[in-house]
This record gives sequence, C-alpha cells and structure tokens, in this order.
Amino acid sequence: MKIDTDMVDYIAHLSRLELQPGEKRAMTEELERIVAYMDVLDRLDTQGVEPMSHVFPVKNVLREDEAAPSQHREELLAGSPGGDQEAFLAPRAVE
Amino acid sequence: MELTKLTALELGGAIKRGEVSVREAAEAALAAIAARNGALNAYITVTGERTLDRAQALQAGAGTARSPLYGVPMALKDNICTRGVKTSCASKILGDFAPPYDATVVDRLREAGAVSLGKLNMDEFAMGSTSETSFYGPVRSPWDLERVPGGSSGGGAAAVAAGMGWYAIGSDTGGSIRQPAAHCGVTGIKPTYGTVSRYGLIAYASSLDQIGPLCRDAADCAAVLDAVMARDPRDATSLDGDYGRLLEGLTGDIRGVKIGLPGECFGAGLDGEVRDAVLGAAQVLKDRGAEVVELSFPVLEYAVPAYYIIAAAEASSNLSRFDGVKYGWRAQEYGGLEDLYRKTRTQGFGAEVKRRILLGAFVLFSGYYDAYYKKALQVKAMIKSAFDQAFRRCDLLLTPAAPAAAPRLGDSLGDPLRMYLSDIYTVSVNLAGLPGLSMPCGFDCRGLPIGAQLIAPHFGEGRLLNAAHAFQLDTDHHRRAPKGGDPA
Repeated sequence: MKIDTDMVDYIAHLSRLELQPGEKRAMTEELERIVAYMDVLDRLDTQGVEPMSHVFPVKNVLREDEAAPSQHREELLAGSPGGDQEAFLAPRAVE
Repeated sequence: MELTKLTALELGGAIKRGEVSVREAAEAALAAIAARNGALNAYITVTGERTLDRAQALQAGAGTARSPLYGVPMALKDNICTRGVKTSCASKILGDFAPPYDATVVDRLREAGAVSLGKLNMDEFAMGSTSETSFYGPVRSPWDLERVPGGSSGGGAAAVAAGMGWYAIGSDTGGSIRQPAAHCGVTGIKPTYGTVSRYGLIAYASSLDQIGPLCRDAADCAAVLDAVMARDPRDATSLDGDYGRLLEGLTGDIRGVKIGLPGECFGAGLDGEVRDAVLGAAQVLKDRGAEVVELSFPVLEYAVPAYYIIAAAEASSNLSRFDGVKYGWRAQEYGGLEDLYRKTRTQGFGAEVKRRILLGAFVLFSGYYDAYYKKALQVKAMIKSAFDQAFRRCDLLLTPAAPAAAPRLGDSLGDPLRMYLSDIYTVSVNLAGLPGLSMPCGFDCRGLPIGAQLIAPHFGEGRLLNAAHAFQLDTDHHRRAPKGGDPA
C-alpha cells in the first residue's frame, strides 16, 4: 500500500492533527516504511481464521443498575482548562 | 543496614519487627531520589511531605500489619490516576492534571499499607520502548547514563534499580514492564490480562494494556501481585480468579517442570551475548530439576506488525478524548471548536503519539480495514493458538526479553521501525493475554544487564514466579546494583 501526502492529509484531518509541510513529508515517509513492513502479513494465509478481539470470551458484561454517589461536580470541573464552577466551556459549536 | 539495598519483603519484615520505622524507610528513599534523580530523571513528581505524612500515619499499625509490604515505599507510573497528585502520562497535553479519583490498583495498595513516593517518568502515553518520548525529558539508565532504561515503564525500572523506591507499578501493552526490567536488571511481571484492574489506568490500547510490578526479585513481585490482583466491577474486562497466595507458593521446587525454548526466538537478529545468557538461564533451571525442551513458534515474525496495527488502532480511538476541553492543557490561541481540538492536539502531543494516532486512523480507514485491522485480529487468533499448542508440550516458555542490551540515547528516536522491531519477544504475550516475566540473567561485556523472559499459560503466575524464584535462589544477577547517578 502506497501512502501519499493526500492520504496523510486525510487521516490527519480525521485525527484532528495539523502537520507542517516539512513534518508532513517526514511523517508520510515514516508511515510508508511502517506500512510497507506491515505488508509482511500478506504472506500469512489467514483464510477461515476468525478475527479475535479479546482473548477471553467476556461479552456484554452487565451489572445491577444501583444508585451510587457520583464524583463531585466541582472536582471534575477543576481539571478543565476552560471550565468554570458550572460547566466545561468551549467555543460555540452551533451558530 | 543499607536500607535501599534491601528487597521490599526484607524491608517490610524489618518494619514489622520494629527495626526500621516507616518514616526512616521513606526518608532513605527520598534521600536516594534527591541524590540520583537529577541524573536519571526517573520521577516526574516526588510527593515529599505527603509521603512523610503517610509514613508517619502508618507507623502505629506496623507491628500488627497483615501485608508483608506494609510501610514499604514505592512509586507509580505516571499513567495511573492518583487523587490530587499530578498524573501526566508524560505528555504536555495533560498539563498539571490532578485526577479526582484513585485507580483501583492505588486503592488496593493503600489497603496493603503502601507509601507512595511519587509518579514515574515514561514514554508519552506509554508509546515507546526507550522512555525517551517523555515531554519531561528522557530517563537515563542507572547502568550507563548514555543509555536508555528501556520503556515505556523506564522510570519505574530505573528507580527500582537505583534504590529510589522498593518497587514500582508499571503498565505493559507490548512489553513495557518486561523490556525495561531487562534493561535495568530488575524483575518485572505482566500478569494475565484482566487480573489487575485497569480502572484509573489511562488507556493506550485497552485490549492489551495490563498493570504489573517492577521489583528487585520474583518474591517481591509475588507479594505485590497478591495485593493487587482481584476482580473489579469497575473494569468490565477484569476476571474472576483464585487470587492471592502467590508468595506462599514460592517453594523453589521446579523438578519436572517442562520449559520450552522456541527455536525462532534464538535465531537471526539476536545478540550473541544475550543468547548465551538466556541459554545459561535454561541450564540453571535444568540443574534445579526442570526439563528443557526445544520447540517451534512459527508465527513469531507476524507478532510485531499485528501488535502495532491493533495498538495503533485502539490508541487512535482512546486518545480522541484529549481535546483541551475536559482536562489538562489547552492551546492558547484558536478559532472555533474544531480549531480548539486541532491546535490543542497538534501542540499537545509529541511526534511518536501523533505517528501512532495517524497509523491507527489509517488501519481503521474503511478501504484498508480488511487488509490491516481485520488481518491483525486474525493473526492474533493464530498467535493465541500457537501458544496453546506450545503449552501442550511444556509448562513455561523461556525466551530473551529483548534482542540486545539497552541502546544508546537517541539511537531509536530517528528510526521508529527499528524500535518497533525490538519488541519482537514481548508483544505476542500481550496479544495472547498471557502472563510474562522478565528476570536478570547476566551482563554483557559492557556491564549492561540482560533479561530472560518466562511465559506461562493464562493464570500461570504461580508457576512463572516459582521458576523465577528458583532461578534467583541459585544466581545473584538480581542482587547487583548500578552506580549511575550516585554522587557518593
């Protein structure tokens, strides 16, 4: 798989990252090398092998819905770089 | 008695018998940190007063404590949440974030009477094999200040080796406990996936991440795991198990235990001195009555690409939460909301983190999903079944922990692919969710430590630790202490 700067632009957009032109060139080359190396997987026949996401078959782990105190709002907001005493603050998202 | 040379259990015993106060132990560690951390950079945060207050408060219960680690000072990797104490993941983007809660592993250690000295340096977001990608600067090996301590739990490995704490809690996604343990001459174990709660561990790749200890020896590892292994309703991947009693299971009797040597792990790419040291470890185990069998592990070469695909995919998703809104650091100047995200992330993440986020976005991209991500999950299934087959022929596997001793500072930064390839012996263990341990098994001609890795089937921690303990009864590699950064 060939990785070009258009592809890097696209995945950078998806990732909400900005790359300067020089950085972009270097990143494209590095990703190209890494992905080329990953193509070694093509040599392995995986036909009929079920993809495994978790090694233990734990699925849909449910618990009783019990009421319990949550974190204090002030404590949670204290870590926010743009919060006040009431809410997380960010630029307006809808005009 | 030189306190910082003791093991955690030796110190715990001395505290219980009243020979050493908890405060004396904490002061000894803080003095070692004051002397050596400037050169080693193993700690991001040292809690000083808070540590001494905690030590003082614990003293009254020392004589009657049930935990063998009661009063023993230790430290936590900086990706483990500590209430009110800065937790940065060694990243600029988390700023001075002080979590509003403690990770479950921290709760459990507190119940066992642990005294925390502070938070340990690491690769940014645990992404790296050298502890050089930290926003707070690289950690240096106490064995050679021009070399790396391994990573990503390099601060923990360096601290334990240099007497700046009796044990450390790290995390291991692809070798991040075992490989730095090997490079720093300490013993580290990544237990079975799901046996130590990940609640409060800042996620890198959730299906692979596992918390575990780095210690002076296998017995200390057993004691720490006895304290922290438990099912936790707050971690949906945590497993029920028959936990505890690992320490009392250390008999050193390994007669009849079958140890498998996978031929693929001793072939091309492995440094000759490492090979000899690991085969030497096999001989020690054999001399104690173990049986050594050679076998094949055919999918080894596919483990690294499968691992980096899966880890990057999960990282690209997990790290989307860092956007400058809810916690941590925010860019100074930005336009609208999306620009706030983009500027914060662009300025807040380092190069290796960006590389893995982009790689993850690429492998999950719909057009290539089957070729990379799905393929990697299939390889994961094949690796799991290769281990299943191997464990039909043996009880434990013995391999090198890393292909060579620690590289020089800077050597890996310019060549990410080469750094990824150095994880060859450790990543398959995470893909299969198995317990793996690294123990010091010798030194190379430059005096750098070499680590041997033991791997067991799921829930085989007892077997793993007993074999390492048996090895350490007959060797003293784990007793050697490095001088780096010590002004004395």
